[in-house]
Amino acid sequence: MLQYIIQRLLLMMITLVAVSLVSFVIIELPPGDYVTAYAATLASSGDSVDQARLDSLRKQFGLDLPIYQRYLKWTWDILHGDFGYSFVWNKPVSELIWERIGLTFAISISALIVTWVLGFLIGVYSAVRQYSFGDYLFTTFSFIGLGIPDFLLALVLLWIGFRYFNTNVGGLFSRDYQTAAWSFAKFVDLLKHLWVPLIVLGVGGTAGLIRIMRANLLDELRKPYVETARAKGVSERRLLLRYPVRIALNPFISTAGWALPGLINGATIISVVLSLPTAGPLLLNALLAQDMYLAASFILILSALTIIGTLISDILLAWLDPRIRYQ
Amino acid sequence: MQRVEKSWLERADEDTPLSEQDFIEEVKGDEKIFVASYLQLMWWRFLKHKMALISAIIVILFYLVAIFAEFVAPYNPDNSFVQFKLAPPTQIHIVDTNGKLQRPFIYKTLRERDPETLRNNYVEDTETIYPIRFFVQGPEYEILGRWNATTHLFGVDAPRDEMGFFLLGADRLGRDLFSRVCYGARISLTIGLVAVVVSLVVGIVLGGVSGYYGGTIDNVIQRLIEFIRSIPEIPLIMALAAALPADLPVVQLYFGITIVLAFVGWTGLARVVRGRFLSMREEDFVMAARFAGSSEMRIILRHMMPSFLSHIIASLTLSIPGIILSETGLSFLGLGLRAPAISWGVLLQEAQNLRSVALAPWVLLPALAVILTVLAFNFLGDGIRDAADPYAK
Repeated sequence: MLQYIIQRLLLMMITLVAVSLVSFVIIELPPGDYVTAYAATLASSGDSVDQARLDSLRKQFGLDLPIYQRYLKWTWDILHGDFGYSFVWNKPVSELIWERIGLTFAISISALIVTWVLGFLIGVYSAVRQYSFGDYLFTTFSFIGLGIPDFLLALVLLWIGFRYFNTNVGGLFSRDYQTAAWSFAKFVDLLKHLWVPLIVLGVGGTAGLIRIMRANLLDELRKPYVETARAKGVSERRLLLRYPVRIALNPFISTAGWALPGLINGATIISVVLSLPTAGPLLLNALLAQDMYLAASFILILSALTIIGTLISDILLAWLDPRIRYQ
Repeated sequence: MQRVEKSWLERADEDTPLSEQDFIEEVKGDEKIFVASYLQLMWWRFLKHKMALISAIIVILFYLVAIFAEFVAPYNPDNSFVQFKLAPPTQIHIVDTNGKLQRPFIYKTLRERDPETLRNNYVEDTETIYPIRFFVQGPEYEILGRWNATTHLFGVDAPRDEMGFFLLGADRLGRDLFSRVCYGARISLTIGLVAVVVSLVVGIVLGGVSGYYGGTIDNVIQRLIEFIRSIPEIPLIMALAAALPADLPVVQLYFGITIVLAFVGWTGLARVVRGRFLSMREEDFVMAARFAGSSEMRIILRHMMPSFLSHIIASLTLSIPGIILSETGLSFLGLGLRAPAISWGVLLQEAQNLRSVALAPWVLLPALAVILTVLAFNFLGDGIRDAADPYAK
């Protein structure tokens, strides 16, 4: 087990370095840099563009160094907790991102839990009562759920909320709490708003998990040992939970690893639609404005945390199912 | 012949013995299955999957609409009806004011301005009716870029400045949404295909190398795939798409977005190909071919390829909807295609703010086309996957 964990940790280190490299390169891809973008805005608003001033700006932001030096400086600073400077916001990046990334992960992980609980319960129900009315209902639901892109669902919910309940279901906090410091009341307010993104994010994932759970459990239930147990007079509930459900649960748990990147994906897009104060909208704006340190930090941290999350779920899985370690 | 003997013996045990005629029919039916080719078995199996069959028809219909968009769409997608900005979908009637049944028709739409909110309200003028006709004459267009024509699939006989027929309503500039959805299908439906073909080529080469040779190459490629998959793809795609200069011409932007989508999409296909190669490498017939002196290329192309081609096609079909959704999402956010290009994502940009959705909910309707396409491709892929293994029970 220890060997497995060490192996995975080493692999993660390499992956993290690769992620930092990729984030940096992506940000370097667009022609020009922030200063050219800035000069363009100045020119379009009719101000005169002073070349000397641009050069001094470049120097100030360290944009005149060769690319590998900038990369090394960037990673070195990050290791010391300094993520660089946001040109658009005129603030250090680290002041801007942490709360938003925290909220992104809070939403994604709550959605993961909701997805699991619902997917598990409905999946078991659908398998045990195969071809019942409820099974058909949930099957239809899960097919539709798989087909609807989450940002469209968010739009439709937004419209329904506006049209029929006359409220704006977007956002994560009421107006009073938006800028307030964290307190218990603010947390309760968060819970009141959280259900909309949770539904939007949860539908697709739940639909997928229902299909997986149902198929696996149906396969198990047809096996002879179930019949044997039934013949021996084991009660139906015990019979179901003791072995078939446990075995069917395995592929279910292993989906956790790749469910997280998917949820971060969804959270990024729907945040823009629902105007949630998470990483999504800020990342989008940073990308559009070529605010490179901010954008790169977002991509780096979102990816790094996802990789760590996947690692944790892998280790948990190896602990639950020893066969995986030896593969 | 052995099989037929056995099935006759089994039948002899049944309560009602078969008449000679029935028996011959039965044997013929069996024989038909025994001698059927792999493709034929797959086709029969596919026909049994009703949802997949319906989906296949829907997918084909959608592609026909994309190809013949000029003919199916009643209007030019860029022409605006200035007097019908944000007009709701035109109601189709079959009963007129006298209570008499008619062929489907529409009433003339009149614009009224609300004196308080200054908003446009559209009301029906029950005096004037326009019957809906098939194959009406409309704006001239080129079909398949070659022949000029003026016939459109359906529409109303009315001058442009008098009345327009908006099946799905009109947008902010008074352009017919249905026509725009038809034209948008071109980009939205082909971007999935092109991106899938690009990812297929990369996936087959890397997945094939990985699965066939194994060892260090396999390890490196597998780590690469794991790495790409572990990064949340939307932030990655967003960043890559933002790197495309905003002033690119439509065609270049289209291919740029395609490559960005394929960059992430190939990993799934590579995994499928590798898995197939790994399991097939150990098969007896591959060993036999090798002993018989076939070259590696011949083994791969002649012996291995046919037995996993259907699986590849199935996973291709299943990966198209994801790509269509990614394009829609990107364009919706403003990072993908931009107007004047028309794609379903670009159309949905109009639905981005709550105000316009509240005012004109029909701007959400292009989403229906997206959802239908995605569902149809999913079912179709399911059907092909089931049919790919016609010998399985």
